Amino acid sequence: MTKFEYPQVGEVIYRDTLPNGLRLSVMTKPGYSRCHAYFATNYGGADRRFRLGGKFIDTPAGVAHFLEHKMFDMPDGNNALSELAANGAEPNAYTAANITAYYFDCTNSFYENLECLLRFVSTPYFTEESVSKEQGIIAQEIRMYEDEPGSVVFNSLMQCLYEHHPIRDDVAGTVESISKISAQTLYNCHKVFYAPCNMSLCVVGDVDPEKVRATALRLLPTALGEAPVKDYGEEEGLLPFRPRFYRAMEVSAPQFMLGCKIRPESHGALSLRQKLLAGAALSYLYSRSSPFYTRLYGEGIINTDFYIELYHAADTATILAGGESRDSERVLAEMLAEAQKAAEKGLDKALWSRIKKSAYGARVRALSSFGGLCAAMADADFAGYNCLDSFSVMDSITAEEVQAFIKENLRPERFAMSVITPTAKEI
Amino acid sequence: MDIKRKEIFPGVWLSCLQTDKFKSDCLSLSLLTQLERETVALNALVPRVLSRGTAFHPDMDSISAACDELYGARILPVVRKKGEVLALGFYAGFIADRYTPNGEKLLESVARLLGEMLVSPATRGGLLMKAYVESEKEKLIDDIRARINDKRSYAAHRLIEQMCAYEDYGCDDMGDEANAASINYIDLTKHYRSLLQECPIEIFYCGNSGFRRVESALKDALMALPRGDINYEIGTDIRMNAVSAQPRYFEEELDVTQGKLELGFRLGEIMDDPDFAAIRVFNALYGGTATSRLFLNVREKLSLCYYADSFCDRLKGIMLVSSGIEFDKFDETKSEILAQLDEIRNGLFSDEELEFARKAVCSQLVSLTDSPGALEDFYLTQTLTGLDCSPEEYAALCDMVSREDVISVAKSIELDSVYFLKAGEVWDEDEEEEDD
Repeated sequence: MTKFEYPQVGEVIYRDTLPNGLRLSVMTKPGYSRCHAYFATNYGGADRRFRLGGKFIDTPAGVAHFLEHKMFDMPDGNNALSELAANGAEPNAYTAANITAYYFDCTNSFYENLECLLRFVSTPYFTEESVSKEQGIIAQEIRMYEDEPGSVVFNSLMQCLYEHHPIRDDVAGTVESISKISAQTLYNCHKVFYAPCNMSLCVVGDVDPEKVRATALRLLPTALGEAPVKDYGEEEGLLPFRPRFYRAMEVSAPQFMLGCKIRPESHGALSLRQKLLAGAALSYLYSRSSPFYTRLYGEGIINTDFYIELYHAADTATILAGGESRDSERVLAEMLAEAQKAAEKGLDKALWSRIKKSAYGARVRALSSFGGLCAAMADADFAGYNCLDSFSVMDSITAEEVQAFIKENLRPERFAMSVITPTAKEI
Repeated sequence: MDIKRKEIFPGVWLSCLQTDKFKSDCLSLSLLTQLERETVALNALVPRVLSRGTAFHPDMDSISAACDELYGARILPVVRKKGEVLALGFYAGFIADRYTPNGEKLLESVARLLGEMLVSPATRGGLLMKAYVESEKEKLIDDIRARINDKRSYAAHRLIEQMCAYEDYGCDDMGDEANAASINYIDLTKHYRSLLQECPIEIFYCGNSGFRRVESALKDALMALPRGDINYEIGTDIRMNAVSAQPRYFEEELDVTQGKLELGFRLGEIMDDPDFAAIRVFNALYGGTATSRLFLNVREKLSLCYYADSFCDRLKGIMLVSSGIEFDKFDETKSEILAQLDEIRNGLFSDEELEFARKAVCSQLVSLTDSPGALEDFYLTQTLTGLDCSPEEYAALCDMVSREDVISVAKSIELDSVYFLKAGEVWDEDEEEEDD
C-alpha cells in the first residue's frame, strides 16, 4: 500500500487499488477505542440509466435505496444487521444521489465485523416476498420525508434548477416507482454497480492497513468487472429550468432554499480545488463572520439555521443556501449584492485572512469525525485525489482566484429558489 | 483518562480530563438551575443574549472576528434539560495547541472570551442591551414555534407536554410562547444577575492541557464572577406511577401524510433505587437498537413503519416509544408495541438477544471516550445523578446485567399516556400546490 503522510496535522493514510479494481483507503488512529469501516458503491439515486455491454438500461426511481434496505438479508436466513450487532458493532447504511454506503462502528472484534460487512454487501439475496414486504417499510419512509419541510424544500429546489437530470428526483423514489421494483431488478443492479471496480472501502481507527487489505482480497470477488457507464441525459445549461417554487405546508415560518448550478470539475485534483475554492468563496461571502450574516442576523432576516454549501453529485455541482426567513427574496438580493461587490472590488484582505485561519481550524476539527473522514476518503477515491491534500491546496488558494470564482458563478440570472410557506389557517 | 475535579470558586466545580488523544479541545460551562415553567424561557434566553456581545467585543462582528483569529474556535450558547434540572451556558471547541500553525496557545484566549460572555456582557447603564434582548427574544419565539416543523420531535414534545402537564418536566428547554413574549430586558438582567450569584456551576475541560494550566486560565477568566448563597436545592421530582389507572389518550390533527404514534411510560417503582445499567440494557433490548424487539417486529416483521424506537430518560424515570405509521395502523401498531413489552416482562427473550443488548450498550459507552463532546455530556449527567464512574466502568456494570434485572425493569414499567398525530381535514391538492 502507498503511505501518504501529513505531519502538519499528524495523520497518515494508506491507499491502494486491488487487482479487482477495489479502491482502498485506511487512516490509522492510534489510541482510539472505536473503528469505523465504510464500504461504498459509486451508485446512488440519480444513477437510473446506464450502458453495459453496449446496451442502455433504464431502471425505476428508488432502486439504489431499495437495494440498500435489502442488502442486509443473507441467503442463510440471517440478517447482517443482527450479525454485526451480535458482535457489539453499530451498523447502518445510507443512499445519496451518487453513493450507497454501508458502515459500522465498533470497539471490539474489528476484523470479524469487517468480514461480515464485506460478505453481506457482496452477496445479493432477494426474494419476491422480501421485496414486497420492504415496499411497505420504504413507503412509510417516503411518507415521512413528504412531511419534512427540509426534504421538500430541497427536492423542489432541485426541480427548479434541473430540467431533466435525475438529480431532480428524490433518492428514495415514489410509492409508485418502488412498486415496479422486483427481485430481478435488484439482482441486475447489484451485479452492475456492486462490482469491486465500482466500489471503495475506507477504514479509520487503530487498525493494521495490511490486514484490512488482506481481508478485502480474501473475501471479495477476484475478477475485474466491467464498470458501467452512467447516462444522465443531455448536458444542461447553467440557467435554472424555472426560477421559483412555492408550496404551503404545516410549518411555523417560511423555509427557503436557494441555489445555482456551476459547471462541475468531476475528476482528480481539479475537482478537489473546485470544492475548496467554492467553499472559500461561500465562507468569505456568507459565513457567520461575514458582514452579510451579522447584518441580516441582527435585523432578524436570518437565524442560526442559515447554511451554505456546495453540493457535488452525479456530474452536477450546485451551490445551496437555505434556512428560515420571513423575507427570503431579501436574503437572495443581499447575497447577490455581496457577490457583486466582491466580484468588482476584490476581497477584503483582513476578512480573507481570518476566513483562511478559521477554515484551517474547521478542517482540523473535522479530523475527529470518523464517519465524515470515511465519506470524504470515498469521495476522493471515486474522484481520484487524496482527501488530506485539502490542507496544502487550501494554502495555495489566493484571493484573486476566489474573486474570479465569484465573478464567474454567482450571477443573478443563475439562481432559483423554493419556499415553503405556512398553511393558511381558517379563523 | 483520569478525571480530576476541584471547586475553584464557591460552588464552581472544574472537571478536567487530560488526554492527548484529540485534535481539538473542549471547554464548557453550565449554570445549573431548577426547570420551572415560569422561568424556563428567561433561562433559555440568557446564554443567547450573552453570546451577542461583551464589554470588550461589543457585537457579533467582533466576537466572530476574535473566534476566526483563534482558528475558528466556536463558543456556542447551550441550554440542556437534564431531568428537571436546566443546564445553561456555553460550549467551546477549538483546535489543540500542537496543531496551530505557529504554535499559538488557544486555551487562555478561549477561556477569557467565554468568561467575558458570562461575567462581562455588553451592557448600557448596567442593563443588558435592549436591542440584543429583543432580537434574541424574537428568535427564541421563532424556535418555539418551529417545533412543529419536525413532526417526529413535535409528536414527542406534545406527548411529554400533556403526559406531564402537572410536572415541570412537561416543559422543554425553551418554554412557551406567552412566557417568552412577556420578557423584557430589565427583568432579564435581574434574572441573569441572580443566576450568577446562586447557581452551582459545572466547568468541563477535555484536552491536552494539564489541570494547573486549565485551573489558572479559568480563575483568570472568571475573576469577576460574583457569588452569593449557592442554591444546591435543585433536582428532579420522580413520579413512579401512571397518572390515572387507564392510560390517557391525546390526539391532534395537522396537515400531514404520515401519522405519529407516541407512547409514554413511567419506569415505576424501580426508580426508588434505580439500577441505571439495567435500564440501559432493557432499553437496548426493547427498542434502542436495530436488533431490538421493536425494530425487528414492528418494522421488519410487520412492515408497519420505517422507525419504531424507545428512549429512556433515566433522570426522570420516563420511557417514550415513537413510530411513524399509516393512520389506520394505530391499533395494530400500539398492540404490537405493548405485546413486545409483555414478552420481555414474561422473560420471553433469548440469551442471545440479551447478549446483543449488553454488547451494544457497552460499545456505545466505550465509544464515548473517543469524542470530547460526548464525554462532556456524559460527565454532566453523571454529576447530576451523583454517580462517580467512567464510561468504561459504566460499561462493565452493563455487562453484568442479568436476565432477571431486565425482567424487573420491564415489570416495573407502566403505560401512562398515548398520543397520536394524524391528518385533519382533506386539503384540495390544487390549492396546496400553487406552482405545480
